[in-house]
Amino acid sequence: MTPMHRTLAATALWLASSLAVAQNAIRIASLQELSGTGATVGTNFRNGMDLAIKEINASGGVLGKPIQVSHSDTQSNPGVAKGLAQKAVDDDVFAVFGPGYSGSMAVSMSETRRAQIPNFTGAEAAAITAQGNPYVFRTSFGQASSMPKVARYIAHNLKAKTVAVIFVNNDFGKGGRDMVTQALAGLGVKVVADISTDPGKLDFAAPVLQARQSNADVVFVYTNEEEAARALREIRKQGLSKPIVGETVLTGQKVIELAGEAANGAVAHIGLSVDAPVPAMRAFRAKFEKAYGYIPDHNGIKGYTGVYVMKAALQKAGKLDRAAFVKAMHSLKVSAAQEPGVLMDVSFDDKGDLDRDSFLVEVQGGKQVVKEVLPALNKF
Amino acid sequence: MTDFIQLLLSGTATGAIYALAALGFTLLWQASGTINFAQGEFVMLPAFMMLGFNALGLPLLASFVFTCGVAVLVLGWGFKRGIADPLLRFGMMPIVVATLGLSIAMRNGVRAGYSAEAQPFPSVFGEGLLQVGGLTVTVADLGTLGAAFLLVAGTQAFLARTVTGRAMQAVAQNADSATVLGIDVPRMVFYTFAINAVLACAAALLVTPAYLAKFDMGEGLATKAFFAAIIGGFNNSRGALLGGVIVGVSENLAAAYVSAAYKDAVALVLFMGMILFKPQGLLGRKIERKV
Repeated sequence: MTPMHRTLAATALWLASSLAVAQNAIRIASLQELSGTGATVGTNFRNGMDLAIKEINASGGVLGKPIQVSHSDTQSNPGVAKGLAQKAVDDDVFAVFGPGYSGSMAVSMSETRRAQIPNFTGAEAAAITAQGNPYVFRTSFGQASSMPKVARYIAHNLKAKTVAVIFVNNDFGKGGRDMVTQALAGLGVKVVADISTDPGKLDFAAPVLQARQSNADVVFVYTNEEEAARALREIRKQGLSKPIVGETVLTGQKVIELAGEAANGAVAHIGLSVDAPVPAMRAFRAKFEKAYGYIPDHNGIKGYTGVYVMKAALQKAGKLDRAAFVKAMHSLKVSAAQEPGVLMDVSFDDKGDLDRDSFLVEVQGGKQVVKEVLPALNKF
Repeated sequence: MTDFIQLLLSGTATGAIYALAALGFTLLWQASGTINFAQGEFVMLPAFMMLGFNALGLPLLASFVFTCGVAVLVLGWGFKRGIADPLLRFGMMPIVVATLGLSIAMRNGVRAGYSAEAQPFPSVFGEGLLQVGGLTVTVADLGTLGAAFLLVAGTQAFLARTVTGRAMQAVAQNADSATVLGIDVPRMVFYTFAINAVLACAAALLVTPAYLAKFDMGEGLATKAFFAAIIGGFNNSRGALLGGVIVGVSENLAAAYVSAAYKDAVALVLFMGMILFKPQGLLGRKIERKV
């Protein structure tokens, strides 16, 4: 055998063995916003997923098989996201995770639906699960579950009569604006300023001025991370002293980091927080920080728990079969005692929406401080 | 009324930053006939350099000084030797395409090599607020305004009052005559590139606290600065300041009193109006050319 033959034989052996691993693994595709306006969302989600997959594979995988993930970048662009979803379908993966932007998810989920591939998402727009797509599952609250809680806080705790809404003009922002306006109207609170802003907006002088001129009792800010930070800075700059309320993003780790002092005092309803008074959540935070050198935001938790939810559903289905998996997901209830990786007890309904405890947090001294724990609607 | 003044002030501060980038456009055009479409990335890169030096433990101002040094070397000398010198003799188009390519390369280089996420950037003027008769003004806005005016005035004075500055103007007007007069033309052109690099660093220092350090932060800035330079007059440095402030203020006023949705269109409309009715810009002068 010449050295050349030996090399060829070794390469063939290596290829064959990696092919065997690939065939034996549970292959999932992850389509994330790794660049563009959603970079914070996608990067956190990806890191959370990787951490969970590493842990699961180290403890023997699911149903005896390791999980193998391939991440790709949607560039926060719905067109790219749809193409990547098509590629994931062509690759015949078992499940797809992402994208996290509602606008991207709205167009990419038709691909996974057509191929009957389960699709987990961190996208929060109400429309995602309202279309009756049986293959879509959330990793966080949808706006239909979270906005009524926000409206209740504004009406009952803050006793506000009028609200100015600053929202980002994309599917996520518009969905949230519609839901919160509807929920507020039901409680007799009037939206006196409805202020639309562009994604990636740099200067919030005019929107904040409009909010100030409306003289509303509360300002509700519903944008993506970078815009939220800029809005908070401008609110502080213009000396707006009314309560600033948001949902999840407004008090996220990245927003606090970017907005600095201006984030203090902002209040938000948040489905997931690494500062939640839940020991498993604190442990997750420590593990994540050790692995990546920064504190994750809610998207990191979505990615991490999403993979563990998939594991629990696979174990419930008992086999690597998409139809059985989807059936298992639609009535799934996982307690943190039974599967510590989900961090908090969680249940899914037949639309793919999830339910669990949530929190009301305020930013104090640059940190999220949990003010109240809001119970899940359907307790175990 | 206080709201109007507030909008005027914050618009002027934003406009002053456009002006710094616009000044870079006009300087390069005057001295070497180059249009640099990577001007926005020339602001983005120093922002990350400053963050880098800052992370090494240097205070912000020291980071700025070091960044200026590196920028003169890379964005001044490197850009001149690597792109402007070899391509200029083939006319304007290759330079335009090359700088467009350079901007894409720089943007994606930072995205892939560092991070696609926005990074916070400390303000050199702190986070203070001033209350003046119902007006709330940030120290950062006032500082930005002051610094930008000083830089533009300083550049003007340098060009008009010093021997080197006059020599640079001579080169801009006619390189052949300047050579005959004994002026070291390549050196003067290098000085222009170096000044452009330092102005970009200053713009980065002033703009990044508000824009946040991100690989694509230069995209919008360069477009606005280009419009500002055209509006003010491409062959006049003071025009850059005027154009920048006009764009910044009218954007802010339009966003508040017309619709926030049309904010970005304002600069474009002004630009188109100017090209149609006064192509030399507000302070620019007509140049006759033999064809």
